[in-house]
Amino acid sequence: MSLDTLIAGSYFLAAILFILGLKAMSSPAGARRGIVWAGLGMVLATVVTFFWPGMKPENLLLIGAAIIVGGVPAWISGRRVAMTGMPQMIALYNGMGGGAAAAIAWVELLRGGHGGEEFGWTVIALAVTGALIGAVSFSGSLLAFAKLEGWLKRSLRFAGQNVLNLVILLVAAGAGVLVIMGVSGPWLTVFIALALLLGITLTMPIGGADMPVVISLYNALTGLAVGLEGLVLDNAAMIIAGTVVGAAGTLLTQLMAKAMNRSLGNVLFSAFGETAAEGDEIEGSMKPVEAIDAAVMLGFARQVIIIPGYGMAVAQAQHKVWELAEALMKRGVRVKFAIHPVAGRMPGHMNVLLAEAGVPYDLIFDEAEINPEFPKTDVALVIGANDVVNTAARTDTASPIYGMPILDADKANNAIVIKRGKGTGFSGIENALFYEDRTRMLYGDGQAMCAELIRAVHEI
Amino acid sequence: MIDGFVALYIFMLAAFVGYEVISRVPVILHTPLMSGSNFIHGIVLVGAMVALGFADTTLEKVIGFVGVVLASGNAVGGYVVTERMLEMFKRSKDGDRDEE
Repeated sequence: MSLDTLIAGSYFLAAILFILGLKAMSSPAGARRGIVWAGLGMVLATVVTFFWPGMKPENLLLIGAAIIVGGVPAWISGRRVAMTGMPQMIALYNGMGGGAAAAIAWVELLRGGHGGEEFGWTVIALAVTGALIGAVSFSGSLLAFAKLEGWLKRSLRFAGQNVLNLVILLVAAGAGVLVIMGVSGPWLTVFIALALLLGITLTMPIGGADMPVVISLYNALTGLAVGLEGLVLDNAAMIIAGTVVGAAGTLLTQLMAKAMNRSLGNVLFSAFGETAAEGDEIEGSMKPVEAIDAAVMLGFARQVIIIPGYGMAVAQAQHKVWELAEALMKRGVRVKFAIHPVAGRMPGHMNVLLAEAGVPYDLIFDEAEINPEFPKTDVALVIGANDVVNTAARTDTASPIYGMPILDADKANNAIVIKRGKGTGFSGIENALFYEDRTRMLYGDGQAMCAELIRAVHEI
Repeated sequence: MIDGFVALYIFMLAAFVGYEVISRVPVILHTPLMSGSNFIHGIVLVGAMVALGFADTTLEKVIGFVGVVLASGNAVGGYVVTERMLEMFKRSKDGDRDEE
């Protein structure tokens, strides 16, 4: 068997493993197996690539060194990061993939061909397109990482932002066309620099709560860039894996945007938050409650639904939340968890945190499954969630979140809201739920309050 | 060498596969899917290896080196965090089987 056949066969096997792995990841029970399969495919593809015919022996050393330089810190950081830090790590690793795709295009365009054959203009066009998408995903993801990590507190917004983005895109595209036409000069460098800049200016105005959509989008874009560079390199494994991810990621992005009842364009270009002050004034007052009273309400309930939000992640309260749920279940209370698709800072953020705390996934429900349950529920316990339970989304047409499907916490007999202070959520919108007659506010740090509730539940 | 149209067919079919694999997933699996697909596009590593493997000039080598560093960060980091997250998913009833 020749080396070519061995490599092509291994890539074929890797592609099968990726698809099977991804398929297995779409059910909770098989998910673990799925990532192991995909991992095997990756190791196989990487190992056989070292035997690619014609590569320069001295470059093989560089390759080995680069894998260690990139892989070892990634391994360590991936092992060490707390579960609450997952969104930014995923953004970071994803951005690296996009950057790699752009780097491939850059090298290939500098070389102008491989195997003694010059690239035709279609191949160059594919490389340029992939480089643009990859570079945007790279710098955009890195900025998303910086924002999620808390290095960048404010979202920079100014008038004419979209116009500026469009101008950068057009100039970058122009430089790209010059590259494709083979015009000599610094156009390739200009093109790459502008593409990187575009990723930054696109991501700059996007606020924290829209991050699930953005991370998911950049994931899809990196996949697409990898698929395009696969076409340039005639590498079927890259074409298949990249394109599968591109398509799957696009679908996931649409699901995220739909869960917020907004279009993708609206998420990217609307500079959410500036309109926030326009919502109706809410009449009434917020009614505080003491932990002991809240514990009585919870302890004597038949059914409690817990609604976690980003605040739970910030307070690292997931373990205490599960401890509280267990204490309640021991008393015979039925406890369920309701998770809104866009709660937190990445798709499924809350699921991961609850899973870390040991909450079995069959106690966790999404919005469509759980909403009919609220009228039969005694207490809805809201922990660090805000906009996803705001009833203004149903009634207030002036509210920026109007039309977003929410969790019907207000339809439970009572709602208890654990919240750090009286301020508004990320969007600056007053939450109508907090002013309802049947809502009680338990002010304090999520973790500390859960601990108090646990103590109180044990006492009653 | 893959013929132009064959490559295009692969591209199209792969897009449908991606769409089909993901189309009916519960919300609880958005994380594994996103994180897992984030890992899978780490296959860009093999492309970066080839690009660096054939690099001639110093500039090409530098960019190629950066490409491989980034790509292996994507693949390794993506695997580690996905595996860590999926490890935690378990079920309450007859669940001991899933735990390791």
